[in-house]
Amino acid sequence: MGNDATSTTGVDVSNADFGAIQESGTFQELRRKQRGFVFPVLIVCMVWYFGYVLLAAYAKDFMGTPLIGSFNVGLLLGLLQVVTTFAVTMWYVSFANRELDPIAAEIRDSIEAGKEVK
Amino acid sequence: MLHGLILAGEAAKAPEKIGDPILNMTIFGLFVAVTMFVVIRASRNNKSAADYYAAGRSFTGGQNGMAIAGDYLSAASFLGITGAIALSGYDGFLYSIGFLVAWLVALLLVAELLRNTGKFTMGDVLAFRLKQRPVRIAAATTTLVVSFFYLLAQMAGAGGLVSLLLGLSERTAQSVVIAIVGGLMILYVLIGGMKGTTWVQIIKAGLLIGGAAVMTVWVLALNGFNFSHLLDAAVQTAGNPAVLEPGLKYGKSDLTKLDFVSLGLALVLGTAALPHVLMRFYTVPTAKEARKSVVWSIWLIGAFYVFTLVLGYGAMALIGADAIKAAPGKANAAAPLLAYHLGGSVLLGIISAVAFATILAVVAGLTITAAASFSHDIWASVVRKGNPKPGEEVRVARITVVAIGVLAILGGIYANGQNIAFLVALAFAVAASANLPTIIYSLFWKGFTTRGALWSMYGGLATAIVLIWFSPVVSGKPDSMFPTAEGEVGGWAVFPLSNPGLISIPLAFLLGWLGSVIGKNTEDPKKQSEMEVRSLTGLGAEKAVNH
Repeated sequence: MGNDATSTTGVDVSNADFGAIQESGTFQELRRKQRGFVFPVLIVCMVWYFGYVLLAAYAKDFMGTPLIGSFNVGLLLGLLQVVTTFAVTMWYVSFANRELDPIAAEIRDSIEAGKEVK
Repeated sequence: MLHGLILAGEAAKAPEKIGDPILNMTIFGLFVAVTMFVVIRASRNNKSAADYYAAGRSFTGGQNGMAIAGDYLSAASFLGITGAIALSGYDGFLYSIGFLVAWLVALLLVAELLRNTGKFTMGDVLAFRLKQRPVRIAAATTTLVVSFFYLLAQMAGAGGLVSLLLGLSERTAQSVVIAIVGGLMILYVLIGGMKGTTWVQIIKAGLLIGGAAVMTVWVLALNGFNFSHLLDAAVQTAGNPAVLEPGLKYGKSDLTKLDFVSLGLALVLGTAALPHVLMRFYTVPTAKEARKSVVWSIWLIGAFYVFTLVLGYGAMALIGADAIKAAPGKANAAAPLLAYHLGGSVLLGIISAVAFATILAVVAGLTITAAASFSHDIWASVVRKGNPKPGEEVRVARITVVAIGVLAILGGIYANGQNIAFLVALAFAVAASANLPTIIYSLFWKGFTTRGALWSMYGGLATAIVLIWFSPVVSGKPDSMFPTAEGEVGGWAVFPLSNPGLISIPLAFLLGWLGSVIGKNTEDPKKQSEMEVRSLTGLGAEKAVNH
């Protein structure tokens, strides 16, 4: 049952030595790159989000400071959350397309061809 | 029940008729006819379990992104957030931000890895390298509970909407309409499976976002495309400049501020653990398409939430909080009332049909998720030990759809009149407590064990539910489910926060860690290797099913 995902393709990879693949240099590089991006970026995003939540809860007057007309700091910070969410999304997609996908495809092709992953 | 009766009683006292019920019915009927046609056409190829649960993995990233937006932008987003901003000002906007930023957790940590590792359900991923039986049963349990909370919210929204739109203020008549909505939903899911449901979501997302965009431009045009002018108008109608800053609802005391932080935590961590959102990632052929679909949905959902800011302040300025509170459906009536104010009966009819469609589509998405979880994780994997008879799994799923549909109808009739945004926030808290720690640990932590998963899932689920039961949401306040009159002391609300996330989410993470480090690790290390290789490379999960 653990091999559920295999049934979506016709290629049988159940005999692959996943332990060895996991230890291989190529896979370790993929893992390092993926974690090296998502962990720090997500931590920064969460700090920024919770900073905003805490400001909204405990710094009401600061959030109410008017900037342009009635448009205030709170609304600006809220809309900036939207902007950073869009920006991080685009950043991640371009990173994953450029840095992660080629290595993942290389490993996948090697396994499906029955070759050793280096 | 009591609360619902009180609301219905109030609705009966406000006989003012808004819009044209026959027009509303006609537009809604048109939507049902068109979508039913699409569902029947789309479902002609539904044969295998992969077709029924995952639409043959045949959707593109863009289509699936629309469908995710359709699943995610529930009645709570459209009616609930617009109403919350219209009544509480800035504090309502904070819901939007939490619901949106949450997608970064889904995109960066979960979507692709999950797509690569599983087949149909969350249980596939959680049980991949752990012991199948206990973990699948736990995953199915949390899926069913979360989906049920979410279903209640949608059905409760349907009841409130009906009273406003069709001019039905009688509780019996509303119950009949809830039953009709539920019956339609069962039909969609039975006929269409995941493919049909996905098309309904796509159509609905287009209508909802389009409708909100039109209203947004309209409101801005009335204010000379000057957002500051709109804010001024809102302040003027409300007679209170504090509507532009946070704190109107959650700033009353230290406790409510803490409650707000708890809500913020549940919102941002809940999305990546919602079973019906996770299941959507399986309808695309590759991890790359899964990534694309999240990107699409983030753009659509983000744009929509910016619209709700304008709509909420627009309703505050043009309708006024008092008129909204007096209308049947209360806060949930803000968006339809705004539509009526702008475009009269026709726009009200269109917007209310969109709102109905929203409820219908989200309920369908939830139902198919819960049914898949039961038939795939419990029936096929546990009862039949992974070898169901041919066609049996889909048959069990269809029976489950009917059972869940009936439960949802009964729950909806019972929950009619409850606050929908709050019910959805609870579903988020339960999801984040029961599912998220196990999802993250099993994807990223080698030392995670079956014991850790069970402690975290059951511990998180039980803590969240027990805290909700002992919270002011359930008892002790005038607006609780079991209300206590203003100024009196009563009920059993010993837990002071209305959202349990602040306690239950960290506790579930702690339990998952503790359960894993205590005792011997008897898990198969080969399975961990295989899961990690598959999740990062997409091995064996990269090609579409061809027909």
